Amino acid sequence: MKNTSKKSAWIGLLCVAALLAAVVVLENVLDPNKNIMVFTALKKGAVYALVAVSMNLLNGFTGLFSLGQAGFMLLGAYTYAILTIPVSQRDAVYYIYNGSAVNFSLPELFGGGAVGLVLGVLAALILGGCVAAVVAWLIGLPVLRLKSDYLAIATLGFGEIIRAVFQWDKLGPVTNGANALKNFPTFSSFNIQNANGETVLRLSTFAAFLLAGICIAVIVLLINSTYGRAFKAIRDDEVAAEAMGINLSRHKRLAFVISSFFAGVGGGMFAMFANQAQAKTFTTAMTYEILLIVVIGGIGSVSGSCIAAFLYVAASEWWLRFLDAETFIGGVKVPLLRNGFRMVVFSVVIMIVVLFFRTGIMGDKELPDLLKKRRKEGAAK
Amino acid sequence: MQYAISILLSGVSLGGQYALIAIGYTMVYGILRLINFAHGDVFMVAGLMMVYLTAGLPLAASIPLVLVLTVLLGFVIERAAYKPLREAPRMSVMISAIGVSYLLQNLATYVTGGLPQMYPEIPGISNTITIAGVPTKVVTVVTPVLVLALVLALTQLIHHTKVGMAMRAVAKDFETAQLMGIRINAVISVTFIIGSFLAAVGSVLYFTNYQSIVPLSGSLPGLRAFVAAVFGGIGSIPGAVVGAFIIGLSESVIKGSNWSIFSDAFTFALLIIILVVKPTGLFGEKVTDKV
Amino acid sequence: MKQFFAMLLALVMALSLAACGGSGGSEGSGGSQPSGGGSSGGDKVVKIGVFEPATGDSGAGGKQEMLGMQYANKETPTVVIGGETYTVELVYADNASDASKAPTAASQLVSQDVSLVLGTYGSSSAIAGGPIFGEAGLAAIGVTCTNPGVTAGNDYYFRICFLDPFQGTVLANFAQEKFSAKKAYLLGELGNDYDQGLLNYFEQAFDGDVVKDSFPTNTSDFSTYLNKAVAEGADVIFCPVSIAYSTQIVKLAASMNLEIPILGSDTLDSNKVLEAAKGSNVQIYVSTFYQEGGAPDFDNGIKAWLAEDSTAMTNNGGNDTIAAVTAMGYDAYYVALEALKAAGSPDKAAVKAALPSLTYTGVSGDIAFDEVGDAVRDTAYIKTADNAAGAWTLETVQTAK
Repeated sequence: MKNTSKKSAWIGLLCVAALLAAVVVLENVLDPNKNIMVFTALKKGAVYALVAVSMNLLNGFTGLFSLGQAGFMLLGAYTYAILTIPVSQRDAVYYIYNGSAVNFSLPELFGGGAVGLVLGVLAALILGGCVAAVVAWLIGLPVLRLKSDYLAIATLGFGEIIRAVFQWDKLGPVTNGANALKNFPTFSSFNIQNANGETVLRLSTFAAFLLAGICIAVIVLLINSTYGRAFKAIRDDEVAAEAMGINLSRHKRLAFVISSFFAGVGGGMFAMFANQAQAKTFTTAMTYEILLIVVIGGIGSVSGSCIAAFLYVAASEWWLRFLDAETFIGGVKVPLLRNGFRMVVFSVVIMIVVLFFRTGIMGDKELPDLLKKRRKEGAAK
Repeated sequence: MQYAISILLSGVSLGGQYALIAIGYTMVYGILRLINFAHGDVFMVAGLMMVYLTAGLPLAASIPLVLVLTVLLGFVIERAAYKPLREAPRMSVMISAIGVSYLLQNLATYVTGGLPQMYPEIPGISNTITIAGVPTKVVTVVTPVLVLALVLALTQLIHHTKVGMAMRAVAKDFETAQLMGIRINAVISVTFIIGSFLAAVGSVLYFTNYQSIVPLSGSLPGLRAFVAAVFGGIGSIPGAVVGAFIIGLSESVIKGSNWSIFSDAFTFALLIIILVVKPTGLFGEKVTDKV
Repeated sequence: MKQFFAMLLALVMALSLAACGGSGGSEGSGGSQPSGGGSSGGDKVVKIGVFEPATGDSGAGGKQEMLGMQYANKETPTVVIGGETYTVELVYADNASDASKAPTAASQLVSQDVSLVLGTYGSSSAIAGGPIFGEAGLAAIGVTCTNPGVTAGNDYYFRICFLDPFQGTVLANFAQEKFSAKKAYLLGELGNDYDQGLLNYFEQAFDGDVVKDSFPTNTSDFSTYLNKAVAEGADVIFCPVSIAYSTQIVKLAASMNLEIPILGSDTLDSNKVLEAAKGSNVQIYVSTFYQEGGAPDFDNGIKAWLAEDSTAMTNNGGNDTIAAVTAMGYDAYYVALEALKAAGSPDKAAVKAALPSLTYTGVSGDIAFDEVGDAVRDTAYIKTADNAAGAWTLETVQTAK
């Protein structure tokens, strides 16, 4: 048994490595402008996959229904942005407040250049996660005592409160008030340029995948550990779990804090994707979006959340875009097609998934499980 | 002094409008244990229907038609999106509600093209009157009165009719009620019909006061009304009404103070404090007529 | 088994969507003609990307801006570049007024190989999309995004409108000159960079007391705020908010017979606001880019077009009052054509190189760019609402001091 699990872990690792290699190759082989949609969708998909998995850890594996994800992402995004904007850019970014109260930049503290960039970005992302985790710990003290729907609505409320605080202009020198934070290192900063400013090696999508991949791998390891089993026990039956000697409040808090940590890291990555961080982006609508991804992928399935994140992003913002344009086929105007139709179709698709494929794409299975089952079926034949 | 009165007036009228929406939340939650996220959007759709109907019909015909259509919408949503999930975990139903809310908002964006729509003037309640030197609309005064009348009628319905008894029974114990031969689906439909009806009435009052409608118009009043319902003790009708007036008034006072940017945050902070101190809300346990 | 079936179905769905998307993408270049757009006369096509919100809270403004471009495209559907006639095609991407959707919308335009981009209404989407255009080496011309952050630090973003600092200052000066205002009440949406930026510049330029308030997103009850302005004894109210809120505020002010004049920025220059104020005593003053009547040919032409095209009329808010953003969209289209002509080829790098030195006289005035890429503009039109006629009348032309 032990042997096979080790073997499958190696296979998994190989698959991930192959995927990362494929991303690097594709990004450098394909024409970057013609195929930019692929890479934009992949980057956003990677970010959303991480955030969806972190939400799944809470909602799917521990059974805590939290709707505060956007708030924790906001914390991560702002921490990341505030810590990484180059000092020389700060006056331009904080132009309303005549410069920033934070007068250092992590990539520069680490000596600038490529090494400084990598270390600075990593440190800022981790710190963003830590800020989210600390706030989650504080919020968790009162809130985690609440049950299901009440917990959901209380965390949703906290998300809104966090947003209002960050938009407060008295905090402007730190948060830039209502204005967006920008000019910090983004995924594109990881493209390697030669002395003439020409890009020789594109690594932006690879950076997004690597970061998201590492975080998701950590979450998977956690889920497969004793903690993960305790989480699942709490989800399935709180009373029974407690009777088995699982410390309920401790494990719930742990799950909440860890999930928020990764939501914070995801938030920082979201800022890297969106090229800016602004509090008004992190609304409840964003939490709902992520929740829908989790549901479509299957509550309690990590690989489901990942697949659903890519499908969701690609479908809503890329493949269905033609529905927004008025189209003429053979001189006849196709009815219904105009701005906004894309989102109508998309929400109908979501309703169909929610109603008729209740368990989502993967149910609570993982990708390797399905493959194994298929192999067995094949062998039986 | 005048300023204080104006704050009070706007708080009371907001409270009344929230109350009408909050009742819909609280009744559905009482029976299905479902946060009906789509309720605020049903309220918004009722407003939009009014805009489009009055474009072609006289007001006297459009108002009843809006009420009927909104009730129908509520009924259809329940049958299509919630009933198939009766046996599913509660989280799925809640997600279905979020999906419906998403769909209604996107549909509204599609139909209106994202342009704000102007709610028609309703003779009588749209007129301006002056109370203690503060100009306001008649609807501000009408709202609390109408709310009280409707709530009284509703409590009568719940306490003194067969349907009301069935609703109380279902709220108390879903399965036992079913075993006793109560037609659960019919009772749930009635609940949604009453909730949507009140939301439609609420939308007439609300949009007469605040005339421009956008696809997201329902989300904030919806959320506030939900907070009010939780605050008052979800499942309790008097609780929802009291909660709504408290939320409406405190919102108005905060907006009037120097801390206006935290008016939303304050509402939620209040909610969290109440939930932590008394998780069942103000009237959660004491009141027995949960619906 | 059911699981497998569900997965299969999802896969089929995804694949078919991908197929649709793929064909839609390539066909979109030929298929997504603007309504009433140019007929495909010439063989060669040059594409101009339209990066505008058609949905979300800036949807109404974005649509009006697009109207200007569509009308200009109808008026001049071809351009001579380097001796050859090209048909101009507008390619649209809806950024949904949302900074989290803007990067994909911007990528969509890059992937469709446009020569340059026009837009967007709403600065935060422009800031989010800007680096994507920059990386692709694609120039973008901001039409009415007034936040300084759009062009600062981005070589590829240009703009033809004035900026927030200018507009805020102009309105503060106007308030003091016209009303001898000593106290101003400022109201904006919480967390909206446009509103808060303008409030900030107004506050800086205004020589007197200010009371500043912010309301949460999706608010519709403004009565407390307006009553506060009255109670504070403010001489003017300054509310540079988006169209949905401004109609709400104006309607309310009308019903409570507010005597304090309301000052607004270019967002309030909308016929929805006029409609809300019609028949009341509210005094509204807005600063804007263009005053109807400034270019009679353009006015008459676009009105005739609106009368013909019912979709365009609906997008304009149901009547034919011309918003300043429409005029700006119209000018932006011609600036784009000038840039193409000057570049001598539809190549995006050539277009980018041609832009900084470009000058053009449009219906909204002279357009030239400074070293940051911002328009050199020192005039704003201040208009007031004529509530009896439901039209704007020119109050004064204000220049920066």
